[in-house]
Amino acid sequence: MMDAIKSVLRRPEAGSVLSLIGVVLFFVLFGGANLVTLVGAASWVNFAANLGIVAIPVGLLMIAGELDISIGALIPAGSMTTAILTGYYGLPIAVGIAGALAVGAAVGLVNGLLTIRTSVPSLIVTLATLVAMQGVVLSASVLLTGNASVALTAPDWAKFLFGQLIGGSHQVIIVWWVVFAAIMGFVLHKTRYGNWLFAMGGDKVSARNAGIPTERMTIALFVLSAVSATFVGICQAILFNSAQVSGGMNFIFNAIVSVVVGGVLLTGGFGSVVGIFVGTITFAIVSQGIYFTQIDRNWSNLIIGVMLLLAVLMNQSFRDLALYFRPRRKQGLPREPANP
Amino acid sequence: MNDKPAILELRNVNKSFGPIDVLHDISLRVRAGEVLCLLGDNGAGKSTLIKTLAGVHKPTSGQILMDGHPVTFTGPSDAQGRGIATVHQFGGTFPLMSIGRSFFVGVEPTKGWGPFKIYDRKRANEIAVKAVRDFGITRIDDGDRLVGGLSGGERQSLAIARAVYFGARVLILDEPTAALGVKQASHVLRIVNEAKKRGLAVIFITHQVMHAMAVGDHFAVLIRGAIAADFRRGEKSREEITDLMAGGETMADLEAQVEGYLETHEGHPPSLQVLEGPTAH
Repeated sequence: MMDAIKSVLRRPEAGSVLSLIGVVLFFVLFGGANLVTLVGAASWVNFAANLGIVAIPVGLLMIAGELDISIGALIPAGSMTTAILTGYYGLPIAVGIAGALAVGAAVGLVNGLLTIRTSVPSLIVTLATLVAMQGVVLSASVLLTGNASVALTAPDWAKFLFGQLIGGSHQVIIVWWVVFAAIMGFVLHKTRYGNWLFAMGGDKVSARNAGIPTERMTIALFVLSAVSATFVGICQAILFNSAQVSGGMNFIFNAIVSVVVGGVLLTGGFGSVVGIFVGTITFAIVSQGIYFTQIDRNWSNLIIGVMLLLAVLMNQSFRDLALYFRPRRKQGLPREPANP
Repeated sequence: MNDKPAILELRNVNKSFGPIDVLHDISLRVRAGEVLCLLGDNGAGKSTLIKTLAGVHKPTSGQILMDGHPVTFTGPSDAQGRGIATVHQFGGTFPLMSIGRSFFVGVEPTKGWGPFKIYDRKRANEIAVKAVRDFGITRIDDGDRLVGGLSGGERQSLAIARAVYFGARVLILDEPTAALGVKQASHVLRIVNEAKKRGLAVIFITHQVMHAMAVGDHFAVLIRGAIAADFRRGEKSREEITDLMAGGETMADLEAQVEGYLETHEGHPPSLQVLEGPTAH
């Protein structure tokens, strides 16, 4: 029994699961939230899905030792590109979607190329593209349409795929999120590519020496995260029938908090998709579920801060547990110090 | 033994970076089943020599020969492909990866087909654990354990076992015992002997004469990019080497440099320091 508990705790997502349970218990016990209402509510699930689609690739990048914050500008870039192409120029929605994804791919490519070709840390590279893309989106929007907000109407099939409200409350992006998480979980934990990401985050030079195409992997990851961010923008534009140049900046920190709460090591080399998934849910419940409690909404950021710290502390001790874990240790044999 | 052709040989190798001569007229040879001990400090050009052997640097002049034939390494992967493996001081460099996963990094065994080809964890673990146990490290029995949880000696052994498994013929060990305690170091020396017994050519870089004496067949002392002393096992007794090291002016110089080396090499390289985090406390 103890072994079973310990083997669960050794997993990267252990901290995030405990955080989730802790937050829900706190809301139910001290906030007077009704557990059934809370679980059945659409608001936090919608929030989690939009955030989660960005958080997964950000988490994969973090596992590989990189950081992408340009996603903050790429969500409005995605929705504005769709809205300008479709709503303003009247092109088919498919063109708008393709255009938005292409913008994401292009920015991701730039991020990736700059990261591997220069010695500039990816945090700075993507900070630059973040700010630059904000400027591009605003200028392009004003230049082309004379407005910072553009309306669009999407045909039924696009509404169905990207902007549907299932049961009148749950956004269809939830389905995309779950499918995306399942695919990426498979890739990270079951294929060799996942192993490559962990190796890259562990030691990039050794990973390259071992024959891993680290540069191609890095570019692919940056393209994935940028495209995912524009995808969220596309879904929002189609759902709300309009797009604004602002917004998206919250996603940066929300995604990073979700990923770190989810047990991904900030310096790379350790983490799991399940952890990122649960971390995102935890974050969403704190920021949206608080409306279902008697706790004043203004406290939610305090809770997030405390939770982040506790989760990271937990993750750290669980990681040590994993490091020094020794199964079936023979009795009588003195345990040597791990590192003399 | 002297008749056997050297697996790897350097002939009058010079290496300069711009105006700075780092290696001067280096001639070395290492045969199968032989351990060549290289003594020297960082400024002596030891790392440049290792990198030249490992294909990172190309010699400015002189020849590298493998099995008697001149070769030019196009890069580290070329040298690796020809069977030259370098194991660095801290062995496994992926502390948060499992033994099985880090053993097969880059060459993961897979099962299944097409897009559903999945990493074969069970097989990777079995092979990795067996490879290490064959080297006498019987305490490793679970491939799911993380590399960072192993002792320094076990990590070195894992890295050496990995190199041997992937067909290394020449093993370059860069200060394998420097960060280890007495017991752990003897562990590694046993592994070096085992590798030698299996017919590998081993180049053992160290500044600890006792460790060198324990396994070496052939010794070379590197000072300021040149070989200052070159002798075989038995040609000099331990006392003579100690005398040489204590009495000779160049050796006194060397000792001073070795002191400096100890100073500068006690810490980890920055990128490793982060990875080695858990070992700090």
